[in-house]
Amino acid sequence: MKCRSCGQTAAINMRHHKLALCREHYLEWIPEQTERFLHKYEMFSRDDRILVAVSGGKDSLALWDVLTRLGYSADGLYIGLGIDGGIGYSAESQRLAQAFADAHQLRLHVVDVAEIEGATIPDAAQLTHRGRDKPCSVCGLTKRHVMNRVARDGGYDVLATGHNLDDEAATLFGNTLSWSTGYLARQGPVLPAMAGGLARKVKPFCRFYERETAAYALLREIDYIYDECPFAVGATSIEHKETLNRLEAARPGAKLAFYLSFLEAKRNGAFPMEVREAPDGLQPCPRCGQPTSAPDACAFCRTWDKVRARRAAAQQPAAG
Amino acid sequence: MPATLKLRDKVYEVPAGMTVRDALIRLAIEPESVLPTRDGQLITDDRHLQEGEVIRLVAVISGGAQDTDGARPRGPR
Repeated sequence: MKCRSCGQTAAINMRHHKLALCREHYLEWIPEQTERFLHKYEMFSRDDRILVAVSGGKDSLALWDVLTRLGYSADGLYIGLGIDGGIGYSAESQRLAQAFADAHQLRLHVVDVAEIEGATIPDAAQLTHRGRDKPCSVCGLTKRHVMNRVARDGGYDVLATGHNLDDEAATLFGNTLSWSTGYLARQGPVLPAMAGGLARKVKPFCRFYERETAAYALLREIDYIYDECPFAVGATSIEHKETLNRLEAARPGAKLAFYLSFLEAKRNGAFPMEVREAPDGLQPCPRCGQPTSAPDACAFCRTWDKVRARRAAAQQPAAG
Repeated sequence: MPATLKLRDKVYEVPAGMTVRDALIRLAIEPESVLPTRDGQLITDDRHLQEGEVIRLVAVISGGAQDTDGARPRGPR
């Protein structure tokens, strides 16, 4: 297969776009498309300070790389979750994120959850029994809180994450299966900032297939963590991705059409924001100050209070 | 002599002459979920496999919660 731009041997074929490109032209195409999405969804401008949530994986490192190549002012945020899984998962992902930052002379904020909150994510999940046998629920809750806090305290205009189209389509698929209209109302390339301190969140890669971001990382020789998070095995989101990939194989473009038609339906008012999700339904948490729909402390503060209390109780010598 | 496809710790042998895509379908590997490489270089899946050739498949699916916007948590990222 030949590159559409130059006729050289193609490195990747995107069946949904009927487009094959060689390495050189693919590495031009991805930033061009990213720039197009940034404008189309009005994500941010060159004057904005951007915080990129960096996990050490292909998507977030590729995003940081592209934004930097495009000339945007983007710092990174790595959140140490304390996940080992027998492969030193968090330690290795932090090493790769830091190595990327150092090689490109970029600033990386590092927040170690255990250092700040007193327990790793797996320990916190075990102590609270939140999320049954998986720490994903505590993990998501904590990442959201930390990202928002660092964005707010650091004076960043926007928080950018590396979500790709497969992530978005899988989330959309899951929320459609359960008709979670509140989640559907909030899903999109941009989540606007909210009064009270919720940072603006954007997903510049939301229209790139996962294959495309992986190909970009490989062709740019970005060293990313290849191992999956040990807790992701059997995750529902992966099952949804596999289901959608079967559909995509039979009908190229199905995933993209699913996501884009959802965005169009949303624009046409199909999923209005629920009252409790609306900005005026939120109030600042009395503990941390972040907006919450809870009547008192937010879910993050309540969860980590419980973790610390249970850890302290477990460490006390038995009476008698 | 067959061609070899490697995906993580799994090794598959398929007859030379077929395309990478046909080999993936035969092995029940979703073509969308991998990137084929040869000698460290990305290749397209219409390439015909040569005898004795080794193709490394790079898995592209990463899993878990992409829930920074409050979408329902499904697993870690």
